[in-house]
Amino acid sequence: MVETYLVPLLKIAVLLNAVLVAVTYMVLLERKVIAWVQVRLGPMRVGPYGVLQPIADALKLMLKEDITPARADRFVFTLAPIVSMVPALIAFAVIPFDDEVTLFGYKLSLVVADVNVGLLYVVATTSISVYGIILAGYASNSKFPLLAGLRASAQLISYEVAVTMMLVSIVVTAGTLSMVGIVKAQLDAHLWFVFIQPVAFVILFIGGLAETNRAPFDLPEAEQELTGGFHTEYSGMRFALFFLAEYANMIVVSAVATTLFFGGWLRPFPNVAPLAFLDLVPGWIWFLMKTFVFLYIFIWIRATLPRYRYDQLMRLGWKVLIPLAIANLVVSGILKVLL
Amino acid sequence: MFDTNELVINMGPQHPSTHGVLRVVLRLDGERVIEAKVVIGYLHRGIEKLCEHRDWGQIVLITDRMDYVAAASNNLGYCETVEKLMSLEVPPRAQYIRTILAELQRIASHCLWLGTHAMDIGAMTVFLYAFRERELILDLFEEYCGARLTYNAMRIGGLPLDIPPRWDAKVRAFCDILDTKVDEYEELLTHNRIWLERTRGVGVIGAAEAIAIGLSGPALRGSAVPRDIRKDEPYAAYADFAFDVPIGDAGDTYDRYLVRIEEFRQSTRIIRQALDGLPEGPILGKVPRLIKPPAGETYHAIESPKGELGYFIVSDGKSNVPYRFRVRPPSFCNLQALPRLVKGHLVADVVALIGSIDIVLGEVDR
Amino acid sequence: MLEAIVFYTLAVFTLGFGVLVITARNTVHSVLFLVANFLCVAVLYVALAAEFLAVIQVLVYAGGIVVLYLFVVMLVNLKAIPEARVDPRRRSRLGFVLAAALLAEVSAILVYAGSRSPMAPAPGAPATPAPGNTETVGWLLYTDYLVPFEVASVLLLVAMIGAILLARKQEA
Repeated sequence: MVETYLVPLLKIAVLLNAVLVAVTYMVLLERKVIAWVQVRLGPMRVGPYGVLQPIADALKLMLKEDITPARADRFVFTLAPIVSMVPALIAFAVIPFDDEVTLFGYKLSLVVADVNVGLLYVVATTSISVYGIILAGYASNSKFPLLAGLRASAQLISYEVAVTMMLVSIVVTAGTLSMVGIVKAQLDAHLWFVFIQPVAFVILFIGGLAETNRAPFDLPEAEQELTGGFHTEYSGMRFALFFLAEYANMIVVSAVATTLFFGGWLRPFPNVAPLAFLDLVPGWIWFLMKTFVFLYIFIWIRATLPRYRYDQLMRLGWKVLIPLAIANLVVSGILKVLL
Repeated sequence: MFDTNELVINMGPQHPSTHGVLRVVLRLDGERVIEAKVVIGYLHRGIEKLCEHRDWGQIVLITDRMDYVAAASNNLGYCETVEKLMSLEVPPRAQYIRTILAELQRIASHCLWLGTHAMDIGAMTVFLYAFRERELILDLFEEYCGARLTYNAMRIGGLPLDIPPRWDAKVRAFCDILDTKVDEYEELLTHNRIWLERTRGVGVIGAAEAIAIGLSGPALRGSAVPRDIRKDEPYAAYADFAFDVPIGDAGDTYDRYLVRIEEFRQSTRIIRQALDGLPEGPILGKVPRLIKPPAGETYHAIESPKGELGYFIVSDGKSNVPYRFRVRPPSFCNLQALPRLVKGHLVADVVALIGSIDIVLGEVDR
Repeated sequence: MLEAIVFYTLAVFTLGFGVLVITARNTVHSVLFLVANFLCVAVLYVALAAEFLAVIQVLVYAGGIVVLYLFVVMLVNLKAIPEARVDPRRRSRLGFVLAAALLAEVSAILVYAGSRSPMAPAPGAPATPAPGNTETVGWLLYTDYLVPFEVASVLLLVAMIGAILLARKQEA
């Protein structure tokens, strides 16, 4: 009884809260990191060193006037940010934070649902989040956000192909679709998969940047664009939800990259006995540290690189990444059979 | 009449990327620009008319406000034109200091250009780095004449102020800093694949057409035309210094970018030579108390950071004020190239091209 | 007991959304109800322990095909603001006739299926330690049904090429 119902509910509650707090503080992290790169300090006033800034932002957005455009489709207008946010959150259900942890005498694994199609589930949820952008553009009842929304979603579905193929390459290498299984396969192989499949990692990372609408692929969101982005008509908490969804997607991509390529919760050199003292640090802390490194890289890239034009972006996705992805998949398959 | 696929979009006058109050009306076919119409005048303050009612000394103040990004260059152009009209001799020390100020302005203007151009293309960090260097220049100017943006730094016949003590050491230190910083900007942009894709082949204009449209400055030199007034018709103390004039070859945005980056380095070269050879002496020539140029007209141009800044002044010899004060602003003439440059490009390139031409609306509209 | 509750709830939702797809006035709402329908079907798959099919249903159908439906709907509606419009063709006599024919066909299938004996285990299913749904589908697809699989992919390729050719701007 406890195991079937209570424990998963508890896990979900803890995870949801942790993710939502993490996502809100990603806002602060981004502002601070970009500021330090740009020789500035970032938010400093609210709380010591600006630590309470996200709370101030959240309060402000919640207290704003709720504006809906005149003849917009009200139902869809409210639905769009929800459809953007929910898939990002539910993708966390299959991400393994640790394997076997003993808590209050109970042995449990820090993953909400270790489905044996875990990886496919993640891909499926990211493909649903495309709807949020299309519906946001549509519901604004104006030509420019609609076109911008369609363009942004075209970008998303183009890069989804390359990303999915790379995930399949990992499945070929690991032999299982389950996220926990993939980490265990890395333990058995004595090697992080990033060393076995470096091309897959690079393509996954670039594809992840494009999937989350991050620089250098953030043209649909850039203010310099003439046609206002898909979220032009949104204000207040709905607007905030779009951006929180973007950060949540970033965390999902980072977590997936960590799990698939960098050993998930495994400590560095898990098979080397003399380094066993590193086990003092729990697995989920290793996981969080690795995810954090990726998030930092996401922000770092945004601060540094210029932005691609839309046609160059699409050309990169279709003419460069997809052929590379196919080649990688074929080579992985061949090598897996031969070796 | 209209093809159903065409879209007319209005960009500006309030827009984060038009560098001031510029309005561009674009006719688009899908994403491609078929036609661009530039609408200016939003910053027109009637400077030329105003100057017809100010005496010759007061006009220096007003010229600051045209190209407000590089105010001392405007001052220099005006003062030299009146000196030419009056055949005044400017002492060498003043010429050298004027050159130093003008080159510092060139660096400051290019810093602003680089920051905004890079930010429009998406590299937002370069904006802050470039402005950090611009702040150093503004500090130098503040120490020299007390103002950060509109200096009123020159007088007809020379300068009102001599350089403060230890100012030249600070300028030298700044030049050293700038050289390393320009390397930093280049590291971030020049060989960056995304930067190359966004700027190479965008907005190509050939030499003959550039001359026909009336381009000048780095925009012209990017199209392989070796025209620089500092070399061709030296003014101030430029004849005494050795420096190169960077010339591009393809005439695209990337070449204009490279030209301006190299101009950073050449400017510090000139400043160092000027500081090394700074002569002693007075800073203001023999100027009558009441400035009344003889009747006549003259045109004189200098190489401002944006291009050929020319002044055409007519004096009637009798009154205290000019009869006609006409400015040939480089940004205004360069902006004429915009409709020709953006044709056939995508919407995202329009912003890159406005930045590439480097305009200041204060100058365009006066 | 729990399975029955889950199944009937999902069934009600699935059918409900299906009805809403047809009766919604706004085309975009119609497409959204279709997505909801597919998601419910995916949950039904999960209840049947076919988790691979469930995820693929979401990934391909709801996340790919319906997105393209939505693109088309929005681009077609671009000139006119999507408003409620009553389509006069919905109540035609031909429609009723065709619907009646379809209903007769479906009833016939149900009656026939009900009268048959319980099915024998599907051929080709591996007998031993039950592998996951994914492996089963994979084996079947690449061994017994390889030719249809390849034909389907060629079909998709042809469709893609056709779409590109049709959408290409004629160079004047």
